[in-house]
Amino acid sequence: MSSVSQPETSTIDVNGFATRVWRKGSGPRIGFLAGYGGLPRWIPFLDRLAATRTVIVPSLPGFPGGDRGHSVLDTHLDWVLAVAAIIDKAGLAGSDLVGSSIGASFAAETAAIWPEKVKRLALIAPFGLFDADEPATDPWAQKQDDIPGLMTVNADTYKALKAMPAGANSIEWPIEQARAAEAAARIFWPLGNTRLERRLPLIAAPTLILWGGEDRLLPPSYAGKIARRIAARTETRIIAAAGHLAELDKPDEVAAAILTFMP
Amino acid sequence: MKFLWFHLMPYKELPDDFKTKHPSVWVDIHSSLFDPSRAHHMYNEFLDELEFAAAAGFDAICCNEHHSNGYGLMPSPNLIASALARRTTDAAICVLGNSLALYNPPTRVAEEFAMIDCISGGRLIAGFPVGTPMDTTYAYGTNPSHLRDRYYEAHDLVLRAWTEKDTFAFNGRYNQQRYVNIWPRPIQQPHPPIWIPGAGSVETWRWAAEMDYVFCYLSYYGYKMARNVMQGFWQEMARLGKDRNPYRAGFAQVVGVAESRQQALDLYTDAAEYFYGRCLHVDPRFAGPPGYVTEATQRAGIESQVRLAAEGKAETGPATNASSATKMQSLARDMKSIVENGYVIVGSPDDVVEQLHELATTLNVGQLMLLMQFGNLSSELTKYNTRLFAERVMPKLRSLFADWPNRWWPKPLAARERAQLPAFRPEATAQ
Repeated sequence: MSSVSQPETSTIDVNGFATRVWRKGSGPRIGFLAGYGGLPRWIPFLDRLAATRTVIVPSLPGFPGGDRGHSVLDTHLDWVLAVAAIIDKAGLAGSDLVGSSIGASFAAETAAIWPEKVKRLALIAPFGLFDADEPATDPWAQKQDDIPGLMTVNADTYKALKAMPAGANSIEWPIEQARAAEAAARIFWPLGNTRLERRLPLIAAPTLILWGGEDRLLPPSYAGKIARRIAARTETRIIAAAGHLAELDKPDEVAAAILTFMP
Repeated sequence: MKFLWFHLMPYKELPDDFKTKHPSVWVDIHSSLFDPSRAHHMYNEFLDELEFAAAAGFDAICCNEHHSNGYGLMPSPNLIASALARRTTDAAICVLGNSLALYNPPTRVAEEFAMIDCISGGRLIAGFPVGTPMDTTYAYGTNPSHLRDRYYEAHDLVLRAWTEKDTFAFNGRYNQQRYVNIWPRPIQQPHPPIWIPGAGSVETWRWAAEMDYVFCYLSYYGYKMARNVMQGFWQEMARLGKDRNPYRAGFAQVVGVAESRQQALDLYTDAAEYFYGRCLHVDPRFAGPPGYVTEATQRAGIESQVRLAAEGKAETGPATNASSATKMQSLARDMKSIVENGYVIVGSPDDVVEQLHELATTLNVGQLMLLMQFGNLSSELTKYNTRLFAERVMPKLRSLFADWPNRWWPKPLAARERAQLPAFRPEATAQ
C-alpha cells in the first residue's frame, strides 16, 4: 500500500454515536460507503478517486469508525434512515455516490427512496439479494483464515486492510474488526436478502454496476438481476481477476470505471 | 447435595469413520445417517433410562434442547419432559432448557412449562439457556446480533406471563402481544425454579445472581478444566455480596462406575471414545457467529490471554472464553487422554465418591448433573451404571452441603394431593 496519504478526519453524530467521516482531494464531491469489514484504514482505491474529486467516506454504524451505532438499529427501516442521515450530515446529499458490498446495498436503498440525494450511482457487488438457484456464500460460517480469500482474489490485500497497525490498541482493534462482522450480520443475517429488488425500480440515478468476475461471495450473475430491475440507465462492468471487494483487488480499474461513468 | 440424571439423547449409530468422512455432527450432519426406525428404539430406551434413574432414587431427571444435532435428539425437550411427567412420581423434571429467543411468541415457553408443571404436580425446574451458536444462529437462523437482547426480553415476557394475574399487553422491542394471558398457570408459585445453563460469561453470572437463579456450567470436559470458570463465578458472587451457597451452582459431569477401575475402563471406553470422538465433532465454521459473544466477554478473553502470556503461562485446556465449537477442535479423543484430562470420572464406587467429593468441594457445586448414558453406551450398561451409582455412590455424598438451604428446588404438591398415575397397561393390572 505505497503512496497512501492520510485523509482529513471529522465526526458526525448518528443516533448519539460519534461516526467518522474521511475527506480527501478537491473537485466535485463523490461519496463512498464501504463493504464487508468496513475500512479500518484508508485504501489506494480512494486515492485514485481523490486525484480528481473530493472523496467523502462516512463510516456505517458498527463498522470501523462507526462505534456501536449498529446496536440501536433493529429493523431495516432503522438502518436505511441512519444511512440517509449519514449522507446528509457528511455533506453528500445530491452528490455522486459509490458503494461496495454492504455499502452498495445502502447506496442503492438511498438512491431508490430519496432520489434527490444521489446524482449518479455506482454499485460494487451489492448485498440485498438471494437467489436459491445460485446461492450466495455464507460469510458468517467461515473459518477466520478463510475470510480474506472469500473477500478478495489476492487475499493479502484484505489481510493488509485488517492488519493491526503498530501502536494500535491490541484489545480494541480485534474487537472493532469483529464488530464489523456483527454489524453486517445484524442487517443481512442469514441470507443477505433484504428484498432490495423491490426498491430497485425506484432508482432514478444513472447507475454503474461493477462486479468482481471472481466474486466467491455473491455470484457475478446477480449483476444482471440488479440491472434488469433498475428503471434508470445502467451500465454493467465485470472486473476480471477481482473478488467480492473488487476495489481492493483492482483499485485502478474500479476507480477508472467509476470516473469514466461519472466524469 | 442433589443428584440430577441428565440425558443428551445421542444418536447411537454414527459410523466408525464419522470423524474423517463427515465435517460436522451439528448443523449440516447428513440425513442419510439417520434411520428413523432405529431412532424409535433409541428414544424408547432413552425414556426407559430416565424413568429408571428416577426409580433408582435420583433427585431429578434432565433433558435439554438441541437442533440439527447428531448427539442431541431433543429439538423439543418439552415433549420428553411431558412423557416423563406421566411415568414418574417424585423426581424433579429438569428441562435445561428452552432457548427462549427461538420461540415465537415466547409465551409458548410459559405455556408449555406451565403444562409440564401441572401434569407433574409441580416438579418442574425451568431452564433458560441462550442456546449454542449452532442451535440458535445456524440451525434456527436467529440473528446473532439480536440473540441476547431477544433472550432477555423473552425471559421478561415469560416471567410476567407466569406471575401477572390479569391479561396484559406486552410492548417489547422484539415481541408485541396485545393479550398475554396464559392458560394453564404453573403450580409452583410464584413460578418454577429457574436455572440458567451457561459458560464463562461474566454478564450471565451477574444476571443469574441479580435474578437469584441457579447458574449451571454444562461442560463436557470435567471438573479440572472447570476450575477457572467456577472460580470466576464465585469471585463474582463475592463481589456482588452473594453467599457461597453451593446450590447456586450446577455442574455436569460424565461418570462411569463399576466394581473396579479396570472394569470401569473395560466397560466405558468405547462409549466415551464414541462421545468425544464422534459426538463432539463440530465444523469450526460454526464456531463464532459474529455478535454471539458480547464485546465485554471478548474483551475479558483477550485481556486474560494477554495476562497469561505476560506471566509466561498458557491456559490449560480449551480457553475459558472459547466458543464451544472451538473447544471441540482440540479435544482429547482416546480414553487414556480423556481420563487423564479428567473429562470423565471412571472407577470403583469409592474412586467415584472421592473424585466427586473433590469436584463438589473445589467447584463448590451443590446441584450435580450426571451424564451416565454417553455416546453409544448400551441401555443395559446405562442402567448398571445408574444403579451402582444410586446404591453405592450417592449415599456417601448425600449429606454434603447439608447446612445450606436449597432454595432453588421444586416445591411439588404434597403426595396426597397428587393424581394417582394408572399403571402403564391398565388391562394387565386388572387381571
